[in-house]
Amino acid sequence: MTSDAIQGGFDLISWNPNIEEMPRAQLDRLQLKLLKLQTHKMYDFSPFYHERMRAAGVMPSDIKTLADVKKLPFMTKKDLRDGYPDKLFMCDRSELLRYHASSGTTGKPTIVGYTRNDLENWSESLARAMTSVGLGKDDVIQVSNTYGLFSGGLGFHYAIEKMGAVVVPASTGNTERQIELIRDLEVTAIASTPSYLMYLGEVAAKMGIDIKKDTKLRIGLLGAEPWSDRMRDRIYETMGVKGINCYGASELSGPLFSECSEQQGIHIWGDLALVEIVDPDTGEPLGPGERGEMVITMLQKEALPIVRYRMGDITTLNDEVCACGRTHPRINRIQGRVDDMIIIRGINVFPSQVEHSLMQHPELGNEFQLVVDRKGHMDNMLVRVELKPEAFTDNIIELNALRERISNRLKGTLNVSAKVELVQPGTLPRFEGKAKRVVDRREY
Amino acid sequence: MTDSDKYRIKQLSIFSENRPNRLGAVANVLKEGGINILGFSIAEGAGYGVIRVLVDRPEVARDLLTKEGFVVKFTEVLAIQMEDRPGGLFDLTDHMKEVNIEYGYGYRNPPYAVLIVRVEDIEKGIENLLKGGLRLLDNTTFH
Repeated sequence: MTSDAIQGGFDLISWNPNIEEMPRAQLDRLQLKLLKLQTHKMYDFSPFYHERMRAAGVMPSDIKTLADVKKLPFMTKKDLRDGYPDKLFMCDRSELLRYHASSGTTGKPTIVGYTRNDLENWSESLARAMTSVGLGKDDVIQVSNTYGLFSGGLGFHYAIEKMGAVVVPASTGNTERQIELIRDLEVTAIASTPSYLMYLGEVAAKMGIDIKKDTKLRIGLLGAEPWSDRMRDRIYETMGVKGINCYGASELSGPLFSECSEQQGIHIWGDLALVEIVDPDTGEPLGPGERGEMVITMLQKEALPIVRYRMGDITTLNDEVCACGRTHPRINRIQGRVDDMIIIRGINVFPSQVEHSLMQHPELGNEFQLVVDRKGHMDNMLVRVELKPEAFTDNIIELNALRERISNRLKGTLNVSAKVELVQPGTLPRFEGKAKRVVDRREY
Repeated sequence: MTDSDKYRIKQLSIFSENRPNRLGAVANVLKEGGINILGFSIAEGAGYGVIRVLVDRPEVARDLLTKEGFVVKFTEVLAIQMEDRPGGLFDLTDHMKEVNIEYGYGYRNPPYAVLIVRVEDIEKGIENLLKGGLRLLDNTTFH
């Protein structure tokens, strides 16, 4: 009966309800059990982490409660770079099935590896995420993340197959063809960066295709770069696409987590990952609701252990049970990266804040650029933003007043003044991968 | 079309960001399109400019510029004929006291000279200028 009903086209509410809706006390016990197991495994099989634990004077038996996780030493991206290519792996090569590499923005790439179980858990995690936003077997999902060493393409690809939906492995580039595929194959969801989806919308409009009317695209699985709720609203208004905030990193496996349909934070599956928020300066744990750096311990990884890994992402943790019924902890929207945060005259500025502020002005396009330089000891920030053609007026006074309004709002949001430059639409750089919004010309 | 509509002249207003040789880029598009420039001015905003041009074929010019990525708008202006001698402008202004001018620019077109103005209320502007006995050039002079 039930299976007939499901085959008859009913949507699944949860991919794995036993886990996703597990009572919190039970989830805590499961996490502790997995953490103890993982700590033992690393102490025994990871020479790198064995040394770390010895240096920190901590033994696997010291992990008696979940809070004891803070006794374990941190890992950073530097550890992965120093361990290039596979010094940190703790499985036998015969168990490895795949490598991916991070985009390598700072010199050497970092290599990550996967066993069969690692790949399985990765797909499981994303299948839960996609099901939680209403996607299922009847959906056609276009993966417009790069396929190859970058984990974003293949990660979604296998998860979509696992879930049983149709996958369109479009990868990046050739945007016109991507749009034709979306229309002709009746694609219902797309996995991409938010900036690429907006770019795709612009190209579609130029081709005379209205995403809202001419396609079935309704959901965007968006991540890999900071974005804002205003950008989400704009994507919905212009394209009719509900932007789902996704989270992941190649070090963790790849894209792993997302919001559910409630869109009240990203569910971090507790059986796969233990999430903490710490003070980025002191490393001290912070409580729910306190803003800090996210630190993640992967509880079931076999190839590359990830323990208390400093993500460099700034967010807050929400420990309450979600309205959707899922009990796992949630993180709120990433408010910036510790390392793309820029400091202007002693004040921290996140490009996502600038974006949020700019998006409040309907006269402006979606692209912007932050140019930072220094005259004497004075930091100057220039915000370059595209004026929409319909907002252009022959009246200089009106244009200057608009510029003034943008500047005032930025000052209100950032607590630091910024010069605003209106530029011609279509002239700022477009990004098919991660958007690089900041041009820092300062010399230190 | 009312009788006074013939005095409305289509000026191109072009958004010009602060980059080298934007004027050259505009001029090149017009040259390539065989468009003749009849009047011209550049207004400076804050970190950008507005190039204002009177051309013989405004629609064609607009389409060519838009195709090249420029943001272009039509703005309606008035062209007042004045005498090309000392006091020519003063003679006009004496009759223009009622008209609120947003901006203007002039050029010499022997045997007379021309003052281009953008006024706050074009309908009323035409009425007032004609009432003052001024000679407005009609748009067939340009297009």
